[in-house]
Amino acid sequence: MDGMVPLQKQILDYTASLFQEGYLDDQFNQLQELQDESNPDFVVEVVTLFFEDADRLLNELSKALVQESIDFRRLDAHVHQLKGSSSSIGAQRVQRVCISFRNCCQEQNIEGCLKSLQQVKHEYSLVKTKLETLFQMEEQLVAGRG
Amino acid sequence: MAPNENSATELTALVVDDDRQLRMIHQRMLNKVGVKNQAVENGKEAVQIHCSGQGFDLILMDKEMPLMNGIEATKELRSMGICSTIVGVSSHTKEKQIQEFMEAGLDDYLVKPLNLAKLRSILDKIM
Repeated sequence: MDGMVPLQKQILDYTASLFQEGYLDDQFNQLQELQDESNPDFVVEVVTLFFEDADRLLNELSKALVQESIDFRRLDAHVHQLKGSSSSIGAQRVQRVCISFRNCCQEQNIEGCLKSLQQVKHEYSLVKTKLETLFQMEEQLVAGRG
Repeated sequence: MAPNENSATELTALVVDDDRQLRMIHQRMLNKVGVKNQAVENGKEAVQIHCSGQGFDLILMDKEMPLMNGIEATKELRSMGICSTIVGVSSHTKEKQIQEFMEAGLDDYLVKPLNLAKLRSILDKIM
């Protein structure tokens, strides 16, 4: 690490902390492995798609849970999508909350679903902030080299 | 030995998935290992692309999709005489669900998300 600029080390340490704290799992490593000179923005592009899909799905879930008659199958389908989306970028904590959310949908447990929705929103907000911070740091590093 | 990006192969693949993130990731993985590929968004499009005369060595087939799901599409492709390697890709881990998908005509089944190691193991079997 002797030749590393301080920001590079900061990025490595920050990324390591995201894994240690369980925000990210090995799937995020897979995405980084797919990034190279021919696809330099691959990770940011995929994660941006995740943010767009998650924002849309969380909106749908919020609307679905205030209906007079809750369609639990539709609710479950949205959570299933969010679970898949989060697992494909390695957003481990979001994925885990989605698993328990699905159990509540399948049990038609309204209170459980409402609580799960708050939990998934919270975990998503956390990982989104952390990933945005990471991407900003990486941008600064590239700008500094330019 | 599985191909890599530096030695493009003649293998071709079709990614069938309604999730755009996963299409992007799986296509990038296939590019990384030197496999030419296309993507469609559901089983109906997968059938249509074959009806137009195109063929692929490998089909990565998602299970849950609108219009035509992976089970229906796999059955349809097999009834059309398509002999490609069809690998089911899904997040389902329950044996009954996997069995139902396998019985539609899959050659193999992988749990999402895919990674390069899983993909290389599939390509090793085809080559």
